[in-house]
Amino acid sequence: MSMKISTRQVDGVTIVDSSGRITLGEGSVTLRDTVRDLLAKGQKKILVNLGDVNYIDSSGIGELVSAFTTVRNQGGELKLLNLTKKVHDLLQITKLYTVFDVKDDEAAAVKSFS
Amino acid sequence: MTENRFSYTLDSTLETVDAAEEAATRIATDQGFGEDEVMQIAMAVREATVNAVLHGNAYDPSKKVNLDFEKTTSDLVITIRDQGRGLDLAKLPDPLAADNLLKTSGRGIFLIRSFMDEVQIRPSQTGTEIKLVKHVHGTAANGKEVTQ
Repeated sequence: MSMKISTRQVDGVTIVDSSGRITLGEGSVTLRDTVRDLLAKGQKKILVNLGDVNYIDSSGIGELVSAFTTVRNQGGELKLLNLTKKVHDLLQITKLYTVFDVKDDEAAAVKSFS
Repeated sequence: MTENRFSYTLDSTLETVDAAEEAATRIATDQGFGEDEVMQIAMAVREATVNAVLHGNAYDPSKKVNLDFEKTTSDLVITIRDQGRGLDLAKLPDPLAADNLLKTSGRGIFLIRSFMDEVQIRPSQTGTEIKLVKHVHGTAANGKEVTQ
């Protein structure tokens, strides 16, 4: 299953609902293009909902890191929401779990943006 | 009689990466590994194949990736060979180092070592060969590098 993304706005925060696989190729490009388009539109508060992402490889991890640093470098914030166990475990072993701001409640996550 | 060896010669394409992962999933499942171990094996094979296709063969259509699976009573042994210029292990950065945490690449070999019980990487006659071993009743989450 390839990656699918849709976006919605909640109280000034763009929620990026993602599903499928974030892997080398199409999945990584889809995420990259979405974040780039949001930044181009001035939307710098981004909450990436990974609740339906069941697989991510090292390229996908790299894309998440790239998105995180790109948004931060433009003065924005990117946070992660609803990690599946597989994605959670991958971020743990790569020591990225503490780098990302990871949330498990959407309403609280939206409120947490400055 | 159950077949215990599977060999594939694959093109240097992204489709090969998916095909290798699917083969690993099927073979590991058939050998009786649990769901988490199957995922680990499949991801290790995926990452090794990505290295072979991208960094080894550099998508060169004239170069192939060889993928072998061997099932024994105690192990699943997977060998992936490319026809690239070779991999300098000494130059691989530590992805867990503070300076490298926010790098966007360089985690493939680390994930392979994390998921497999044994990992051997060495030059082959034509490029790089990586051998991955998962013990049938293995409990180790961290792969051990085997010196040559």
